[in-house]
Amino acid sequence: MTQTIPMTSAAIGGMGHSMKRKEDPRFLQGKGNYVEDVNLPGMLWMDIVRSPYAHAKIVSIDASKALAIPGVLAVITGKDLEAYNLHWMPTLMSDTQMVLPVDKVMYQAQEVAAVIATDRYIAADGAAVVDVEYEELPVVVDPFKALLPDAPVLRTDKPGKTDNHIFHWEAGDAAVTDKAFADADVVVKQDIYIPRIHVASIETCGCVASFEKTEGKLTVWMTTQAPHAIRTVFALVAGHVGLSEEKIRIISPDIGGGFGGKVPVYPGYVIAVAASVLIGKPVKWIEDRMENLQADSFARDYHTTAELAATKDGKLTALRFKTLADHGYADAAANPSKFPAGLYHICTGSYDLQAAHVEVDGAYTNKPPGGVAYRCSFRVTEAVHTIERMVDIMAHQIGMDPAALRMKNFIEKDQFPYKSVLGWEYDSGDYHAALQKAMDIIGYDDLRREQLEKRARGEFMGIGISSFTEIVGAGPSKDFDILGIKMFDSAEIRVHPTGKAIARFGTKSQGQGHETTYAQIVAQELGIPMAHVQVEEGDTDTAPYGLGTYASRSTPTSGAAAAMAARKIRDKARKIAAYVMEVAEEDLEWEPGKFTVKGNPEAFKTIQEIAFAAYTNHPQGMEAGLEATHYYDPPNLTFPFGSYICVVDIDAGTGQVHVRRFVAVDDCGNIINPMIVDGQIHGGLSMGLAPSLYEEISYDEAGNCLGGSFIDYLVPTAVETPNWETDKTITPSPHHPFGAKGVGESATVGAPPAIANAVVDALWHLGVRHIDIPMTPSKVWKVLRDHGVTG
Amino acid sequence: MALRTVNFTINGEAKSVQAESRQLLVHCIRETLGLTGTHVGCETSHCGACTIHLDGEPVKSCTMFAVQAEGKSLTTVEGLAVGGTLNPVQEGFWEEHGLQCGFCTPGMMMTATALLRTVNEPTETEIREAISGNLCRCTGYVNIVKAIQYAQRKMHATPAPEAVLQGGD
Ligand code: FES
Ligand code: FES
Repeated sequence: MTQTIPMTSAAIGGMGHSMKRKEDPRFLQGKGNYVEDVNLPGMLWMDIVRSPYAHAKIVSIDASKALAIPGVLAVITGKDLEAYNLHWMPTLMSDTQMVLPVDKVMYQAQEVAAVIATDRYIAADGAAVVDVEYEELPVVVDPFKALLPDAPVLRTDKPGKTDNHIFHWEAGDAAVTDKAFADADVVVKQDIYIPRIHVASIETCGCVASFEKTEGKLTVWMTTQAPHAIRTVFALVAGHVGLSEEKIRIISPDIGGGFGGKVPVYPGYVIAVAASVLIGKPVKWIEDRMENLQADSFARDYHTTAELAATKDGKLTALRFKTLADHGYADAAANPSKFPAGLYHICTGSYDLQAAHVEVDGAYTNKPPGGVAYRCSFRVTEAVHTIERMVDIMAHQIGMDPAALRMKNFIEKDQFPYKSVLGWEYDSGDYHAALQKAMDIIGYDDLRREQLEKRARGEFMGIGISSFTEIVGAGPSKDFDILGIKMFDSAEIRVHPTGKAIARFGTKSQGQGHETTYAQIVAQELGIPMAHVQVEEGDTDTAPYGLGTYASRSTPTSGAAAAMAARKIRDKARKIAAYVMEVAEEDLEWEPGKFTVKGNPEAFKTIQEIAFAAYTNHPQGMEAGLEATHYYDPPNLTFPFGSYICVVDIDAGTGQVHVRRFVAVDDCGNIINPMIVDGQIHGGLSMGLAPSLYEEISYDEAGNCLGGSFIDYLVPTAVETPNWETDKTITPSPHHPFGAKGVGESATVGAPPAIANAVVDALWHLGVRHIDIPMTPSKVWKVLRDHGVTG
Repeated sequence: MALRTVNFTINGEAKSVQAESRQLLVHCIRETLGLTGTHVGCETSHCGACTIHLDGEPVKSCTMFAVQAEGKSLTTVEGLAVGGTLNPVQEGFWEEHGLQCGFCTPGMMMTATALLRTVNEPTETEIREAISGNLCRCTGYVNIVKAIQYAQRKMHATPAPEAVLQGGD
């Protein structure tokens, strides 16, 4: 399996070319087709009545005023769904979650009833006058208090449930780790909270559900990252009311950003489907921004006590994490791994640790259920943040430069494939090279000198490093499945007689540029110009089955499938070329775009000529046509990595953190389109900056959501976002068909600890050891004041 | 609710529409007129996905009523390309990879087009400030800034300092 990719001509536009995106002309001219753009004849609108309370009994629901409004056709409540046993639905984590409540609400903004009307304004009018009588119940906000013996039990729907504990999970050898800690020269310990945040894609969630009574066919245009999985879920959950998988079509049209937030099945989708089936007309539901932030799945919310052990000269020896995960009222994590805390046990990071033990407990609280990954693969960001903070704390504690400590403890390049003490097999890496490159670009030694000078003048400048290891591409079927369905993904390529092709995939782009990058993979493998490869995804009636796009899995799985399907086509093309040219197959040599007779460069057939022959002049006994499908079950995950260095200046008067420079050196293996990879990293870095400095969803004692609108949930603008500096190293994945690893999430995972480390680095000499993100001006200002800085 | 007749021009075409007085302009544009290029990301004036031009000025069409457009001249993203040719801002966004999911893009381009009409050579800081009412969750803004700089060079016909990216189609 070769991992060096031959460069095709720009006209073919295979891998390595920064081709302009094929999808852009429609977006640039306002011709994208997003869910809200779908309008059907006779379409109705749905609006949702939501709970003002975080925990309350529903005494009664009176819909009469709403139903009296001309244009309001129906008000759907939990009782209506209960008649069909559709008021609860299962989650991926073997838990259950309400579609609509029958007796009590569990979080503020929970769906209570749905109003169906002829117009969006009338639906909203109706929702405003549905009278719901509540009786407030005690609210559990703090997950630690949720686990105390006297805490009110939230999930009274679960027979025999006597507490708010969801799961306990651990990895690693506790005894070996305890011994390593007992033997250590230095141990550092820190409580680290990674707060609840929200992906806040600029397009909110929604759907248009259309049930055709005569055909018995349900079509749903839906903001989903995983249309095929959704189809199967609908068939399994609603099979008993007559929805059968061949009669369900899920269409995921253009998606305005996903980042994990469009993986779950939200109640709104299910209610809209139920409404369309009941009323027999298309029903549109588009949530507004406040509903999106207050009720859709959150990310993170991990409370960790972390410990790291080392020898006094800075050799890291052991790690211990104890984490409490706040899941809200249901464990609805969009996590297809076999582990309740996802891939959290990647937490030994880039370091060659001999002992580690990690424990996670989940707790129920009166908050929205979740969580989802915020542009990361299932708790990888939490793991990376914690290990990278701890490594920095250790470096400062023993008086070693954080870069030197990392260099001393990195897994060496010749240790790959590397088996981590918590059970992962890292595919490839060269961590020293990436950190060194980042240090060279940013001028690390000069910055350290500048910092000393500034410190002497009483100014606060900090330098933070993060050397992360990602784990993406879910995933090998031994560790991943959705409802038992293995986590392969697919590609189907058909080459037409004129040598043009259509390629369809089980994934779904939400901005990643699949229409371009998949075409480039096919171009690379077959030599058909990428301009002639039409890429389609997102329609379950036409695309091959796949598990969707999240966890940076599209390139590792569907991208791999594209290469494998193309290679099947190439094998057939070789047979046809040999037949047409009357030579033996072994006498032919391939280069992207043509087969040439060895030693006779004049004698060749292009892929276009071969395609025509596949329909007009193929060998007897061979099937006509030139097409192939491949379902790719990856043998392992891929492990992109990188080193980031951030320089911050802190305003002593206001506590404002200014990111002066940020250098990101990423390694995602072989690259399909450098321009798109850079764009993915820019976006990922910005979604790393956001929770580091700005974003948080918190709750007051009564369970009121603080951070439920763009007024108080601060998505960074162009003004707060620095001019990212990016570079790369390339270490191909040895097990991927073309050596790629995936890149969409690396930067979101890697950036926060670089920023947090920089801020603490600026303040360590004052005695500051840690600040939880987001490092808002008021929080940093308070830390400065607490440490005697009044500037 | 009573309907009112509202007259305005949009992308150069005179229109007369029936609107409830409470109807948001963005809903009139998207639903009554079927111009779905203008997007909605918040309805609270924060995201800028709904930005259009009203008599040449960028406005957030989620924060105006349709009836307030009476007698005005409106331009939406559908009106940027002339005769099928992308305007310099659209071209810049394509060349410099200034869009990913494309959801913020129409609003972002309307703001950028208005900026370049009023400021000849905006600095990077001025560009960033000008688009600070438009949120993008995908791009990290770096390439949006480059796209606007590309458009600025193109409009003022100064040659690009570096070769542009290879074309896809
Ligand atoms: S929809 Fe108008 S500013 Fe967000
Ligand atoms: S391109 Fe997706 S929000 Fe800007």
